[in-house]
Formats: sequence, C-alpha cells, structure tokens
Amino acid sequence: MIRPQIPAIACILLFQTFAAFADDLPPAVERKIDFVQDVLPLLKDRCWSCHAGEKQESGLRLDRRDLVMIGGDLGKILEPGKSDSSRLIHYVNGTDPDHVMPPEGDRLTKEQIGILRAWIDQGCEWPESANISTEKNSHWAYQPLKSETSPVVKDQSWPRNEIDHFVLAELERRDIKPSPEADRYTLIRRLSLDLTGLLPTIEEVDSFANDATPDAYGKLVDRLLASPHFGERWGRHWLDMARYADSDGYEKDNPRPDAYRWRDWVIEAINADMPFDQFTIEQLAGDLLPDATPMQRLATAFHRQTLTNTEGGTDQEQFRVEACFDRTETTGAVWLGLTVGCARCHSHKYDAISQREYYQLFSVFNNGDESTTTVPKSEADVVAYAGLKAAYDEKLKTPTSQLMEAQIAHGAEFTKWQQATLDQLNTAASDPVTFHVLKQPAYSSEAGIVFEQQKGGVVLVSGENPERAIYTLTGQSDVNGVKGIRLDVFPDKSLPANGPGRVAHGNFVLSELTMEVASKPDFSDAQRIEFATAKADFEQADRPWAAKNVLDGDDTSGWAIAPEYGKKHWLTATLKQPLDLTSKSYVRVRLSHQYGQQHTIGRFKLSLQTGTEPDAVVPENIIKALTASEEQRTEEQRQLLQDYFNRQTSPLKELVTQIDELKKQEPPKPELSVRIVVQRTQNPRKTHVLRRGEFLDPLTELEVQPAGLATLPAFSLRENNAMGDRLDLARWLVSTENPLTPRVTANHIWRLLFGHGIVRTANDFGVRGEKPTHPELLDWLAADLMSGSGTQQAWSRKALIRRIVMSATYRQASKHRTELRDVDPQNLLLARQNRIRVEGEIVRDISLDVSGLLSHKIGGPSVYPPLPPGIAELSYAGNFQWAESQGEDRYRRGMYTFFKRTSPHPNLITFDCPDANSTCIERQLSNTPLQALTSLNNETFAETARAFARRLLSTDAADDAARLSYAMRLCVARSITPEEHVQLQALLDDSKAWYAAHPDQAGQLIGKEAVSGVPSETAAAWVSVARVLLNLDEFITRE
Amino acid sequence: MFASAQHARRQFLTSSASGLGLAALGSMLTQDGLLNQATAASRESVVNHVTSNLHHFAPKAKSCIFLFQAGAPSHLDLFDPKPKLNELDGKPLPADMLEKVRFAFIKKESAVLLGSPRRWRKHGECGMDFSDFVPNIASCADDILMIRSLHSEQFNHHPGQLLLSCGRATFGLPTMGSWLTYGLGTESQNLPGYVVLTSGRGSSGGASLWSSGFLPSHYAGVLFRNQGEPVLNLANPAGLSNEQQRRGLDALRAMNQDRLEEMGDPEIASRIASYELAFRMQSAAPELIDLSGETASTQEAYGVGRAQHPQATGRGNVADAHLSFARNCLLARRMVERGVRFVNVIYEAWDQHSNLEADLRYNAWVVDQPIAALIKDLKQRGLFDSTLIVWGAEFGRTPLGENRTGREANTGRDHHPFAFSLWMAGGGVKGGQTYGASDEIGWGVAQDPVHINDFHATMLHLFGLDHLKLTHRFQGRDFRLTDVAGKVIQKWLA
Repeated sequence: MIRPQIPAIACILLFQTFAAFADDLPPAVERKIDFVQDVLPLLKDRCWSCHAGEKQESGLRLDRRDLVMIGGDLGKILEPGKSDSSRLIHYVNGTDPDHVMPPEGDRLTKEQIGILRAWIDQGCEWPESANISTEKNSHWAYQPLKSETSPVVKDQSWPRNEIDHFVLAELERRDIKPSPEADRYTLIRRLSLDLTGLLPTIEEVDSFANDATPDAYGKLVDRLLASPHFGERWGRHWLDMARYADSDGYEKDNPRPDAYRWRDWVIEAINADMPFDQFTIEQLAGDLLPDATPMQRLATAFHRQTLTNTEGGTDQEQFRVEACFDRTETTGAVWLGLTVGCARCHSHKYDAISQREYYQLFSVFNNGDESTTTVPKSEADVVAYAGLKAAYDEKLKTPTSQLMEAQIAHGAEFTKWQQATLDQLNTAASDPVTFHVLKQPAYSSEAGIVFEQQKGGVVLVSGENPERAIYTLTGQSDVNGVKGIRLDVFPDKSLPANGPGRVAHGNFVLSELTMEVASKPDFSDAQRIEFATAKADFEQADRPWAAKNVLDGDDTSGWAIAPEYGKKHWLTATLKQPLDLTSKSYVRVRLSHQYGQQHTIGRFKLSLQTGTEPDAVVPENIIKALTASEEQRTEEQRQLLQDYFNRQTSPLKELVTQIDELKKQEPPKPELSVRIVVQRTQNPRKTHVLRRGEFLDPLTELEVQPAGLATLPAFSLRENNAMGDRLDLARWLVSTENPLTPRVTANHIWRLLFGHGIVRTANDFGVRGEKPTHPELLDWLAADLMSGSGTQQAWSRKALIRRIVMSATYRQASKHRTELRDVDPQNLLLARQNRIRVEGEIVRDISLDVSGLLSHKIGGPSVYPPLPPGIAELSYAGNFQWAESQGEDRYRRGMYTFFKRTSPHPNLITFDCPDANSTCIERQLSNTPLQALTSLNNETFAETARAFARRLLSTDAADDAARLSYAMRLCVARSITPEEHVQLQALLDDSKAWYAAHPDQAGQLIGKEAVSGVPSETAAAWVSVARVLLNLDEFITRE
Repeated sequence: MFASAQHARRQFLTSSASGLGLAALGSMLTQDGLLNQATAASRESVVNHVTSNLHHFAPKAKSCIFLFQAGAPSHLDLFDPKPKLNELDGKPLPADMLEKVRFAFIKKESAVLLGSPRRWRKHGECGMDFSDFVPNIASCADDILMIRSLHSEQFNHHPGQLLLSCGRATFGLPTMGSWLTYGLGTESQNLPGYVVLTSGRGSSGGASLWSSGFLPSHYAGVLFRNQGEPVLNLANPAGLSNEQQRRGLDALRAMNQDRLEEMGDPEIASRIASYELAFRMQSAAPELIDLSGETASTQEAYGVGRAQHPQATGRGNVADAHLSFARNCLLARRMVERGVRFVNVIYEAWDQHSNLEADLRYNAWVVDQPIAALIKDLKQRGLFDSTLIVWGAEFGRTPLGENRTGREANTGRDHHPFAFSLWMAGGGVKGGQTYGASDEIGWGVAQDPVHINDFHATMLHLFGLDHLKLTHRFQGRDFRLTDVAGKVIQKWLA
C-alpha cells in the first residue's frame, strides 16, 4: 500500500474532538460548588507547582481567573458550561494516555473530577477576592529601577565620581585596594581605542602627557567624544546587534548595494548623540511617526537587515514569517536582554515569557511590510549636487534661449509643416493599410515539428524542437496591390518563458524571410519576390539583431527580440514593386531560423499588406496632437508638436542636438532607493500562535493582539490606534516604567569599556543569566542614562560614556595582581581594568594607521580590499565577483568592507567578527593560530609591514635607536624599554646580515616600496622589525 | 566565594584554547614552558581539564570523515531500488497524498511518477542493493550501514544543509565538527582539529556549513583550499624565508614573554602558544598535502590522476571535480592519520532537477572509486574501526518526475525530505546492514524512521559522547547538537 508520510506534526487532540469521549468521564457532582472551599485547594495542591506564579508550564497559569480563561500554548483549556468538552477535564481524566495531568503522583479521584466538572458547568465562578496571585515576578531584572545613592566609602581620596563609590564599597568590604591609575600613555591609548578605534598620534600622546592642567584628562575625553570616528566605533557595535550585512544571505545571497545608507545613518545618529529613546523609536517605527522624514523612514532599515531567501522553489511566506521571528527575537535581545526566541515554539522554560506573549510581540512585526523609499545619498552629495546642478543649468542657458529665438523665427514654417503633415495623414487614411491572411494555408518543416492552426491565421508550434528550422507556409490569395508582408509573433503559455521563441528564455532569431509567387500549386514556376526594406516594433540591441537582416541573404544575421520576451512583436517587409495577385496565385513564404540552439519562433501569423503607409511613421501622440483643434490642444501637446518639428528642421535641429548633448551631462540626483519597513494598511494580517513555531500550523482559536510582556509594565496604545503597532512597542521599550531597556543599554556601554558587563551574560538578563556583580551600580547607571541630570540630556549615550570613562575605576591600570588571583580570578570586583584584544576590524585599522596607509574617510558605499583567491568563488555557484578596490578604498576602515554573508572576508571572521546571520549581542574574543597566520602573512598585513618600514625609514631619525624608539611610540604610545631595544636591534642586525647575503629575497620582501638611498638589505630588515611590532600582543591589545 | 571556579574555567577555556583541543593545550603549554608563567587560575583550569575525562562512555570512533553530497543525490537511483515505482512510471500520485505536501518546483496537478532506469544487484555477503552507478562502493557492502529511512522537514537547500550540519535549520549554531572538537579537541599538535575540503561548485550553505556558531571561532572548520596554499595565509610573504620567519617569531616571543611577566595576563601565554602552533602548521600543512610520499598504487586506487569521464557533464563537472574529489578523499585519510578530528569533504553537485540520468552517472563516477579506495585504505592501515565515514546529503529526491514550467519532459527529480538514504561505515557502526525502509515508491518512511537528530545522537555516541550532556550554555539555554530531540539507535552499533 502506498501511504504518504506527512512531516510529523504533533498529534494533539483538538478541542472539539474531546466531546466525542464525553461518555468516559465521571459525572459532575450534583451540588452547588463553592470555589474557595472545593476547587481552590485542589488547584493549589495538584496544579500550582507547575501552573502558577513564575512557573507556567506550557504557558498556562491556574492561579487567576482571567489567565485560566485564556488558556495556554495549546489554546483554551475550558469553556464555562461545557465540562464534557473541556481540555482540563479530559487531561485530568486521562482520556488521551499521552496527555495526563497531573503528570506525577496519584490521579485525581472521580469525585475530584466531578467537582471540577460541576464548577465548569456552573459557570466557573471565581470571586475576585480569590485571585490569589497578583504578586509580581520576583526576578531582579524585572523590578523597577531603584534610585540608588552612592554608598559611603572609607577612602574618600580615591573616588572621582559616584561610580567609584559603588565599586570601592565592594572592594573595601573585602579589604582590597583598587589598582593605581594607569600612566598617561596607557590612558590616551585606551581612550582612543575605546572611543574611536584608532591610535593616538605621537603628537597627541605628548600633548596629553605634558598637559599639566587639572582637566587634561577631561579635555581629552571631550575631544575624543566629539571625534567623527566615535560614531564609527560605537556605530559598529550597534551594527553587530543589528546583524548588518551587504547581502541577502541564504543560497543566492544577492548583494544589497543600498545597505550602506543605513550604516551611514547609524554613524551620523551616534555622532550626533541622538538620545537612545529617539534612536530606538526611529529604528523600530520611524515610518509611523507623524510627518515622518525620509531619514526617519530610512532608520527602519534596522529590521531590514534580516535575511532574504531567493533560492528557487522557496515558499516566500515561510521566509517572511522567518524574518518576523528574527525581528521579534532581535528586538527582545537588543532592548530587553531576553531570549524571547525560546518562546517561539513553547512557553519559555525559565523566563516569564509565554508562547502567547511571544506572538503578541510577533504580531507587531507581522504587520510591518518590506518596502523601499528614496533618500538622499548623503549630505555631502546633496551639497555637491547643488553646485553641479547650478553649473549645469548655467551651461544650458545660452542654447535654450537661442532655440527660443529660432522657434519664433520659424513660426510660419511650423504652421505650414502642421498642415502638410495633416494632409498626408488624410491621404493615408483614405487608402488604409490592411492585412490579409492566405487561404488554404499549409505549414511544413523538419520532421516532427507540429503546427497547430489557431483562430485568425495564428499558428502554434510544438513537437520536436530542433536546433535550427525552416518553416514553409503555402497558400492562395487574390489580393490586389500587395505592398508588403507582415509577420506577427505571439507569446504563449506553452512556450518556455512564455515565448514567443522556443529556446528556454523565450527568444528567437529569424535569419531570413523569403516570398515566392507561382501560378501552379506545385510552385514549378515560382518567382522570387523582391523586398525593399523591413522594420519591426522592437529590435535586439546588441550586435544588432535588426529587422532588415532578414532580407540580407546572410544566415548568420537576423532579427531577435531580447530582452522583450513574453510579449507580442511584429515585423513588416515592404515589396520593391506592388504586386497584384489573381485567383490563380499561389504564395510561398519561408521563415528560416539558422542561429541554432532552438532559437525558433513558437507562435506566429503571416499576412499580406495592402494600402498606403504614410511616408513617415508619425507617432500616435503626434497624430493626436495634430488632429486636435487649436482650442482642444493642451499646452503639453503644443510643446510636443514644437519639439517634434524642431528635431526635423534646420537650424533648430542643430540646437536641439546641442541641448541633448548637454543634457547627457546633467548631474544625477544624489538619491538612493533603500530598503525600509512600512506599516501594512491594506488587509492587515491576523496573528495566531503558531504551533511549535510552524508557519503552516496556526492555532486558529488563539488569535493574539499586539502587547508587551506581562511581567513588565503595561503596553499602552496611542490614542486613535485600535491595534498596537511598532510605534507603541518602541515607546513601551523606552518608557520610563520599563526597567530592562535602560539596564540592558547601560550594561552594553559598560561592557564595551571594561570588556565585561556588570551583568556578564549581556545577552541574557533572564533567570538563567548571571546576576549583576554590582546591582546598585547598574541601577544607578540605568537611571542616570534614562533621566539625565543637570545639563545632561536624558538618554544620552555620550554622557554616560563620559561619566564612566571619567571614573577612577575606568582609569585603573590593567596589570594582573597576584594577590587577587585566587580571591577574584575574573576581576568581577574591578580592582583593575581589563586587557582586551581589539576587535577584528580594529586589528587591521591600527596596522594600516601606524603604517600611514589608513583612509580616514567616513561613510559611503562598502569597499573591496584585497581578498585571497578562492574565497568569493566559494559562494553559491560562484555567482559573486570581488572587484578589488583601488586607491583610497583599499585602505578604508574594516567596518566598510563589503560583507557577503555566505562568503565573508576571512580576515574579519578569523578575528571573531559576527557572521551577521542573527543578532550578535557580544562578540567572542578568541585567540587562535589562524589569527597569527593572518597578521603574519596575509597580503594586507604584509603590505602594512612594508609601508610601516618605509615610514620609519623616511623619518629624519638620526640612527636605528631613534627609529626603533619612534616605531614603538607609534605602536604602543609609550617609550621603548632597554630590553625591547636590545631585542629589536638584534633582530635588525641579524636580518640585515641575512638579507645582505640574500639580495633576491630582500628585493621581494620590500617589493615596490623601496626607499631611495636605503640599501635593500636595510629596507628588508626594517620590514622584519615592522612585522614583529605589528604582531605584538600589546599592539593589538587595549590595556 | 564570589566567583565560581566553574565559570572561571569556562571563561578560560572558551577564550584561550587556541583551537588545539583542551588536552593538547595543556600539554603544549607545559612543553613550551609557558604553563609555569600562567596564573594560578589558568594553570588550575588547564590541569583540571587534562585530567577530566570528557568522554561520557568508551568511544569507538576517534575521527570522522563526512562525505557531504550537497545538492541532494537521488537515493532512488543509487541505494534504494523501487520496482513498484518503475511499474507506476508515468502515473499520477493519488490526490490525497499530494494535498498537504509542498514542493520546490513540481506542479502538483500534472505531476507523474518517474521510474528509475538503473540496473540493481545485491552485493556482499549481506546482499545489499546498489545500482550500477556505484560498483566500487558496492564492493564495500559488508562494511556499510545503509539507512533508508532518514527524514527531514526542510525542503530548500540552505535550510536543509543547516539542519544536517547543526541539528536545526537556524543560523548561529555550531556545526557537527565544532561540537566534536569542542567535546574532544584534536589529537594533532600541528593541524586544526576540524578541516573542510570542497569539490565542485560553491555550496548553498557556504561558510555556514563549517561555522562554530556561538562557540568560539577556534571550533570553526578550517577550509583547506584546492589551489595555492592549503590553508589561508600559510605561506610566508614573498622574500621571507622560514629561517627569517623563525627569527622574527623568536623576537616576538621574547617581547611577548616580557609583557606576560609585566602584566601577568594568561591570555598573553595563549597568544604565544598560538603563534608557535601557527609556525608548526606552516610546515605541517604543506607536508600533509604533499602526496609524493604516497605510493603510485595508492594514488591510482583513489584516482588522483585519473582521466576525465568521456561523458563529463552537468553541475558536478566543475573545476576538475573528478580530480579534486579523489585527492580530497586521500587527504582526508592523511588528516585522520595525523589526528584531525573531523574532515568535512563537500561535493556540491547533486541538484538534478533535470537531466538526471547523465548528470547522476557522472557524479556517481566522480565519487565511487575514491570513496571505495578510502574505505579499503583505512582498513588496510588499521584506521577503519576508529574512523567514522558518513555519506549523506540534506535530503533525497522525489519519486515524481519534475514537471517544472517551461520544461518539456520529466528528466529530473525535485527535493524530497520525507524519506531518503544515508550510509555510514567504520567507527564502530555495524556494517553489512540495511536499516529502515521507505515505502514501495520511496515516498515516505515505511519502517524505522530516523530523524537527522537521531543520526547526530548516534554519531556522538560512537565518539563516546552523550548527546544530552554535550551542551553549551548560550542565551540562557543549554544548546546541543540534537536540539530538543534525538535518540541513539542501538542497532547501528557494532
């Protein structure tokens, strides 16, 4: 027997079907039920251990009437008055052996089941006073922010601001002293890397080191916060969370050439210190703001960073739903620090997120549609355009006014031309062009080709599909005055790509067209008819495949119609002499297709043409304008006629050509079409809970409306907005009652300045995450961020960053302390700063920077720095070309490298850059041999080592020692130590000696970048030194 | 205690294991004299890890060679004969069978069944069926565990390949090789534990098929390349001899060592170790891919230098796939010999929506000889029992012919996740066995269904790992290769 196996779907008895088993149930007890006396103890004893308070297995809570009525992940559990079909009763009865409640301990007695039945049948009475559980979830992260005052500490001299009080109090409780402040070299390098991702110049270092004013440090911080590179560094952190990439993802992984525009938006917003609440609202719902600006609409591209699957044969609804899942889960992770994704398939096992709540959030995104909008490319482009446009307009001025004058001068001629053209049209109208199909038509060709005659002389070709074919049509006609022959070709559903040709993409090539006339049916006296010209409605532009080629006797040329497939087209060939046919005339037409590869016509009609064609083909709109009376003519039509006339008349024609040429130089508008999210207003989608997250399996009885999480403050809708949307969600996320968003955001900022968050599991603030090491400090920071203080703006990230980096805690040295190894191996107490390897993009940026190659240009389209061979080819079917950038773009910062999701640049991935397939809340920081190989041998790093050596050799340093000292200052800001000097000098000397003995290698190592006047062994030896410096642990570490 | 020792250990292990496998790192650090410099915390954690037994029970397999036949070969024309399907050739499928099913390209209304023109024979003492396209693999019948009842729920390539690689069709999860090296490390001191070799065109899944997901990047597969240097950035820059590389590394090491003493951060010790391993890889990897030490008969057995098939055709015939696949099989053996834990040999070639017969003939020819040679070679070298070989793909192909719009004839098959075949050999599986069955036309599973999660569970079991216990906490959840399912199939175990 053949039995289809459908992909396993959990076999759950549906609500209605329970009724069928009603006879198996114990009867309801026959008395009035007192909920508090009879039912409540039962629920408490047997159900609440799994279905009450913070435990809500399967999304079900049985401790409040409203929640009981809603039911759980599987839908409703009871219906008042109908105990016999209620899921609750059948579960406790064990009707389905796979679903028995309670799962452990004794089964309920018949009496107990009878009580529950009676309670349901009597209407589920549940007095308000018996709603036991109104208590809030006790998990720390859901509690309101506590307004903390900084604790008192013994050592009053150490703290620089409130932060230090919180940290020091914990240290003092354990008798630990904080670390001393790092030296100024370390501080400026640390701050520069943390705030801009770039190294300080030697001048900047010296100026700070020698600045004796009391606010030297504060001035430095302010300068770096104001640097436009701040937006790049902190923007990149945001891009991690936004899963930013330059391609679609999945198999085809097509490029997204507009993606960078949103990246620019992020950099600009962060540089402008856009308050985080506004930053949130614009990205989640910029389109819904009143009078949304193009930039606010662009901001919604945050959620257009989701993947797009264009693999053949996909169900687009599946991937639309998938993208909405991603939007829901990314939003939960980025703003709430929660793993809401767990609740996609079932209520969260650990956190208070039911499956229903998941779909409430999901429903918000379910009615956001993917769309595009046009935005200015960049402010700079708009300014540049204004200049170019003015210059262009100026250039156009003279010829335009000349044309005006000429038009006036030729006014009479214009009137005359109109009349002459009208006369000609009238003549043509008296002898209209008419088409005649042949009588008794017969079609033939190579064996196996089938011609199906359809209505009106149309023929559909099927059957064998040879490489080449000649179609022969014979028939009779007695039409007089034949002036030409017309071939119509038509699309058809039976043809590949709908035709009209028979090759897979629908094209054809008609190589030759011939016509013969005979007086005998066997064509023994056939005479070839000669054609003068041919024309067609459309001609393929390459080669070109023009209509006249069908008359040239050359099989290698012909008429074709790419890329206008799937449409009808025509060709007419005009006879040299008009031809009169009689009742004895036989006509034979041959259509020859010699191109090969099945480029033959699939559906067509041939007819003879009579009547007078106007001398010139006057376009329809001109005819319409001409035939309209003076009064009827619109201004537009008048202009149309004038233009048409101008183009045919000297000297107007020449002026028009001149203007046309100038117009080609019109600067393109500085605009770009970008992906955005817009609200769906037509046919809004209903959202249901999806069983196990399967988009084909909605729980139709469980429709949900937009709402937040019950453990957090209520989600309120805007006035006049019946159904919640993304704007309500965004405002809920940043409402002052929501404690999670400020905690999570403050924690991210802290993490990026210390290497670890106060909550170390930055991606999980739920019960399985780690508790904050300094909970009071976290709340203080969160409140500080959210509310601002004094002159400090609310939700200012720069202000919070400033406050943190100004603290004594941040300024500590990062040296590990032996006495703390056992007490605090992970430095949870912050008795020192942490050493952090810089992120992947920065590893490359700072190498380029010290070698003098780095471009400091900000923003703009992504670039293509050198990529090792064989990487782009790994993408699907090798459909991707990496057109290596030249000039400045080769040395742009790593964040601008084109990110192809299925084949990302290996230098980025090797150094732990996220893969952009899903949100990355916190990067890994690994330490691997592949990283070592990259920074030792990769082309980019080899190039920076050469350039660095050249830079060192180009200084006016007096000797090796001065040069080495300069090199170390560039790389690590501080001065060289005597030991380092000895090491590096020895390396330099050894290398010089080796390369003196190996001049060929020396030449290869220094490449084209030799410095004039420097012996090649010296130059090569400096490359060796440069490589070592660029690979120092200290170089790629922010101390 | 303020800090949990467990957490400290995890922090250290995930940030500093240098891709070596944990045991190897410990010994290497000691060997290089670095461990003494490391802090007490890291020393304790490394030593702890060396002495702790990561195996949950005794392993059979030590290494895995995964022959990933991306694109999805037709099981109905290679491993799973269906006489009934041939009888029903050209007939439609009953409407009730089609109702709930989705296809990538097939038009349901006019689809008809497509028989297989292959000739079938039973092979080995066990009498296992193979079609005439794979005569050499067939000669290993008694070593093969043929599974004919695998099923999946993904019917597009990339999601299907993710499910086969990660246990779930979701991005951001570790792949099989990452889990194995995470659990067991590698036994090689000079090579990465998880290696990827490719033939043919780029696969649908791209780099996501060897990603380490949320595990640190040193558990990601390292791609060995077919041209140029075998591992990216392995060769020194032009003009830099090995001697000079070593000289530079000595200086680097001395300076990093000074810094380690100054700062006391064990991460610096780990960095020194990474550079030393990198240097060793620079000589070990070229040695690995240098086949000159292999005898002529070995090379010939794998088909390393064989002539192209006279009717080479189709999507599998890209970039001399017949040579690169043969070579990759031989390289896989050499890697296993050198202690590499997981070798993923990807051949993206099998998506025959049309022209099935000619394309399949060619692809089968490409893989047949090298795979059989690999099995025999491993046996001869005593590595077979410790090396698990898996031949599989993201799904199978439909018993229905593919009648996609614009195609005149049914010459191919569409994607089919409801029942397909996968086979294994060596590494503690019981060969000479056909497990499970598809129904009479190969549509659904008729007997002993196996989900990909079950396959993964059993695979980990062969390596001595309990799939329920090999977990990693990420975003509050303990993730595992088998997602929320998976059962070990005892009948597969030798």
